[in-house]
Amino acid sequence: MQPGVGKNYFELFGLPARFDVDLPGLNNRYRSLQQQFHPDRFASGSEQERRMAMELTASINEGLRVLRNPLARARYLLELAGISVNDETDTAMNPAFLMEQMEWREQLDAVRSGPADDAGPVLQSLSKDVNNAFNRRVDQLRTELNNDDLSAARTHVRELQFLDKLKMQIEEIEESLF
Amino acid sequence: MALLQISEPGESTAPHEHRLAAGIDLGTTHSLVASVRSGAADILPGADGSRILPSVVRYSDQAVIVGAEALKNAHEDPLNTIISVKRFMGRGADDIAADDHHYRIINSDNSGVPRIQTCQGDKSAVEISAEILRVLRSRAEATLGGELTGAVITVPAYFDDAQRQATKDAARLAGLHVLRLLNEPTAAAVAYGLDKNPTGTYAIYDLGGGTFDISILSLESGVFQVMATAGDSALGGDDMDLKIAYWIMGQAGLEQKPGAGDWRQIVMASRRAKEALTDNEQTSIAIKLSAGSAWQGEFSRQQFNDLVDPLIDKTIMPCRRALRDAGLTVDTIDGVVLVGGSTRVPRVRERVLEFFGQEALSDINPDEVVAIGAALQADVLAGNKPDGEMLLLDVIPLSLGIEIMGGMVERIVPRNSTIPIARAQEFTTYKDGQTAMAIHVLQGERELVQDCRSLARFELRGIPPMAAGAARIRVTYQVDADGLLNVSAREEISGVSAEIEVKPSYGLSDGEIERMLRDSIEHAREDMDARNLQEQRVDADRLLEALHAALAQDGDALLDTLERVRIDEAMSNLSRARDGQDLDWIKQAVDELDKASSEFAARRMDAGIRAALRGHTLEEIGDLSSAAKKE
Repeated sequence: MQPGVGKNYFELFGLPARFDVDLPGLNNRYRSLQQQFHPDRFASGSEQERRMAMELTASINEGLRVLRNPLARARYLLELAGISVNDETDTAMNPAFLMEQMEWREQLDAVRSGPADDAGPVLQSLSKDVNNAFNRRVDQLRTELNNDDLSAARTHVRELQFLDKLKMQIEEIEESLF
Repeated sequence: MALLQISEPGESTAPHEHRLAAGIDLGTTHSLVASVRSGAADILPGADGSRILPSVVRYSDQAVIVGAEALKNAHEDPLNTIISVKRFMGRGADDIAADDHHYRIINSDNSGVPRIQTCQGDKSAVEISAEILRVLRSRAEATLGGELTGAVITVPAYFDDAQRQATKDAARLAGLHVLRLLNEPTAAAVAYGLDKNPTGTYAIYDLGGGTFDISILSLESGVFQVMATAGDSALGGDDMDLKIAYWIMGQAGLEQKPGAGDWRQIVMASRRAKEALTDNEQTSIAIKLSAGSAWQGEFSRQQFNDLVDPLIDKTIMPCRRALRDAGLTVDTIDGVVLVGGSTRVPRVRERVLEFFGQEALSDINPDEVVAIGAALQADVLAGNKPDGEMLLLDVIPLSLGIEIMGGMVERIVPRNSTIPIARAQEFTTYKDGQTAMAIHVLQGERELVQDCRSLARFELRGIPPMAAGAARIRVTYQVDADGLLNVSAREEISGVSAEIEVKPSYGLSDGEIERMLRDSIEHAREDMDARNLQEQRVDADRLLEALHAALAQDGDALLDTLERVRIDEAMSNLSRARDGQDLDWIKQAVDELDKASSEFAARRMDAGIRAALRGHTLEEIGDLSSAAKKE
């Protein structure tokens, strides 16, 4: 018996289940819910209240993380529609996309093993390309999800997962350099 | 539909009674207790008027002596006088061996819990810390004139799960109800009322007796977040004392370190000289050794500055690192807060000003600021300020992960996640017919198991034999608001499950704590029973009070007749049980009432969610499409 159980994250925050989310509104709702349900509010309450408050707040925190991030949110919307993004029986990818990925990864490896002085400009242009590719897919994803074109959306979510990982690796190298 | 009325959470239980609550700074060198009285937070002094309690415990043949008296006679009995025990909290025998200390450490029961040999037996860090907490508790209860409802205890922001758990265990051993473990830098920020600003980024520079910490905090709409912390766990005012002590040795022509008693005397004289130089340009030092020789000399602030500058350099490096980790530059810092007695040293203040380019906040006594912040938070948590807006959200300082094939760590909860948090991940078996799975819980940022800290191991047994990869084992990590972890594992097809409250490898088991509690009470058996009965009654009363208030407010709206009758019956059963002497009956009645009422409690929270969002829903009607922002 948990409060908020059976509610998806959109319902928990009282928001329509769709890709476009009003981010300032999401943050305001998050704070209102935290103000009311954080376990600190029940520090002198009964064991039962504290347990439930902790479980509910954990959902609220996780919900914020998922709804705030476009990739996590899209993946979650597909999950709600019964579509598994990382189903291992369907792992086909667009060959052109994979080619591009390989090229980018080779560039990244070259930066890693090359002299640090040359790294700056290469990383900058790589970072720009990857971010453009990422944002373009987020725009496509918005249209596809709004039009219920879920199979196309699944393809783009899977590509975004690759790009997200690449973005993180670029950031890691940047951090290690500066 | 009629609107449901929801009371302010925490208000349901006896709103008019002022609850006694304290904030405790359990420090490496000294500890303090503070409380809010007539609206202001202040330190609660001991019977002798002292505000600071040295974190020193001496085990003598007859008694346990804590504080100034133990410190004063430390040089007479160095082996039985435990100083800076906080460094040992939540650490294993191996971690401690590397430290510079003179105690006889043993691993008596092979539990991995290191114990210090004393004339009163082998003592763990948790037990020794509990002695300090006991004294603080009685200080508070004597000054406030009643039993404490609970306490907020501060811990360094970088404390891992094992160290936090050890702190909580020590509190439990001292008979304290922990309202919350609070990060020290956050407490300092609260003491300065920074939580009242709408937004800001602050640096908390904390140079204590034995540790240095720098924390970068960000504040946004009432939410405090630790963005980065760095520091040196073996750098503090004690090292300044040692610098002077070695200088004295050189001046006095001593070629090697004298015996423990004499050495401690030199170190004490060094500390007094350091303190004298805060307000004076010059001081004199006099030493008399047990062998009869003596030394006397003058010591200037300039000499002192030259000695300690290399130490202060070692604090500036972590400041740079913390800023870089937080992705910030010095000029984006809105304020600097000084914490810790060693920030009184004028040279430290000069260097901090130089680095951050601004005067630091230092109006509140730097020894007391953490305890003051903890007291303010304790007052809110005890329910004395039902309209208080302050809400401190903490993040988990280190990532939590699980061991997977090849000695690698798979991250489950990333560091800097807001807590409480629950995260689940599915794993599977790698051999045909595998019936058990070993779960190894780790904390740290590195990819290899050997580079992370092992928190716990447990096994999920009784998995029905299946082909490799067919089982679906869902492992859930749950971290509560204090940063403490609970891990459960469940095989989804068969429903087999196992759960562990992560008792860190170097922590104490519940059984051990129970035994120590019993040992610490003089007339063991009967008192223990009486105490258990008392605690159980308090639990029962809390549940009954909370439910009475809840039923009066929402009982009619949320329950049908049958449900109401069930709860009423369970309540009167518990009322009868709590008036009796049968501990097991009370426990059972609490469980039954918990079950009977949990659906009701869940519905109230759901109604609360609707109420909390009602304002937001109104403001958005007709505005849905224009409010949608592009990422």
